[in-house]
Amino acid sequence: MTQVSMTVNGEAVSAEVEGRTLLSDFLRGNLRLTGTHIGCDTSQCGACLVHVDGEVVKSCTMFAAEAAGTEVTTIEGMANPDGSLSAIQQAFQDQHGLQCGFCTPGMVMATASLLKENPKPSVAEIRDYLEGNICRCTGYHNIIKAVLAASGQDVDAMVAG
Amino acid sequence: MYAFEIERPETIAEALALLSEEGGQALGGGQTLIPTLKQRLAMPETLVSLTAIGEMQGVCMSDAGEVCIGGATSHAVVAREAADSFPALAAMAGHIGDPAVRNRGTIGGSLANNDPSACYPAAALGAGATIKTNTRDIPADAYFIGMFETALNEGEIITEVRFPVPRRASYQKFVQPASRFALVGVFVAQFDDGVRVAVTGASENGVFRWSEAEEALNSDFSAAALEPLSVSADQMIGDLHGSAEYRAHLVKVMAKRAVEAA
Repeated sequence: MTQVSMTVNGEAVSAEVEGRTLLSDFLRGNLRLTGTHIGCDTSQCGACLVHVDGEVVKSCTMFAAEAAGTEVTTIEGMANPDGSLSAIQQAFQDQHGLQCGFCTPGMVMATASLLKENPKPSVAEIRDYLEGNICRCTGYHNIIKAVLAASGQDVDAMVAG
Repeated sequence: MYAFEIERPETIAEALALLSEEGGQALGGGQTLIPTLKQRLAMPETLVSLTAIGEMQGVCMSDAGEVCIGGATSHAVVAREAADSFPALAAMAGHIGDPAVRNRGTIGGSLANNDPSACYPAAALGAGATIKTNTRDIPADAYFIGMFETALNEGEIITEVRFPVPRRASYQKFVQPASRFALVGVFVAQFDDGVRVAVTGASENGVFRWSEAEEALNSDFSAAALEPLSVSADQMIGDLHGSAEYRAHLVKVMAKRAVEAA
């Protein structure tokens, strides 16, 4: 067992975990932050994305012990301080960028990371960046529109329908 | 996963001491090893994480003008920090997997694993890099032994990789869209003393140099110079993503694209 301490969504947390405990299991099981979804558990779907020290990572493919001493942000930390939806979250709602919603936490975390690196991405750049995020409902079209809207760009001018 | 302990040493010396113990296994960024552990295909007693070792992080230039990359440096950092000094290498690193994989996966992990479809082996062999370990310097030409096989000994770790900078170079990969690995990838580099061409994703023996293409490009660095060549499908990988003949065909297609883009 290993003692791990980190900051999650601004709060200091600490727990005793097994060496093999994944960051995703630590967040969901120990901290009860179940917004981080485990879709495939094989590093392919991107539903479990979180930010570790500001960088987007697959929490199912990183051990909790490797995140010791870092600052982690999960989907629970993405809303505005008053609890209202952030601009990215609001854009996903406005553009119908989700249906079942299972992939959405990962999509939102990836989008936040993309817009930090590239505030006004093109459609091709959005598709490239979201390569590791799989959605089985939307066909991605409305997700692309949501990212464009979140970046303050003219959605109708950049994509059809 | 089977149970194991995890250690996070902060120096190479500490890591080597831990790895010398029975059941020790080095852990880079874990983007291959963690899925392997989940399938119970490995059973280490202690995982020794190398990503907290400061002296194995980052990109710099050596006095000899080589790009030096710490063994635990992530693909994302190489993509950013080698962009000016070796653009083809940075572009290769910036197209591995997806953004989340690139933030964790490391150069040392990729080269130590030597997946036959990974991108880094093509860059290291194509540029004639030197793989520096805790005990010795291994030229890329002597490093890659076969599929998932390298010259590394038990407990030996890649501390740094040094890339000579070519006059021009390009890496072109035909992506296998489900895995984001290379179905076939070709790294072409032109140095003052000759051209090197390395191919990944194609051979059952892992990354290899395509010497006929190197000869042709040495006399004429153009895609047309490759046109008369053909690649044998013998010992090429054949699977549900593509037959051996298809991969052999792609080797020339991707090599021509790399020459044109270089």
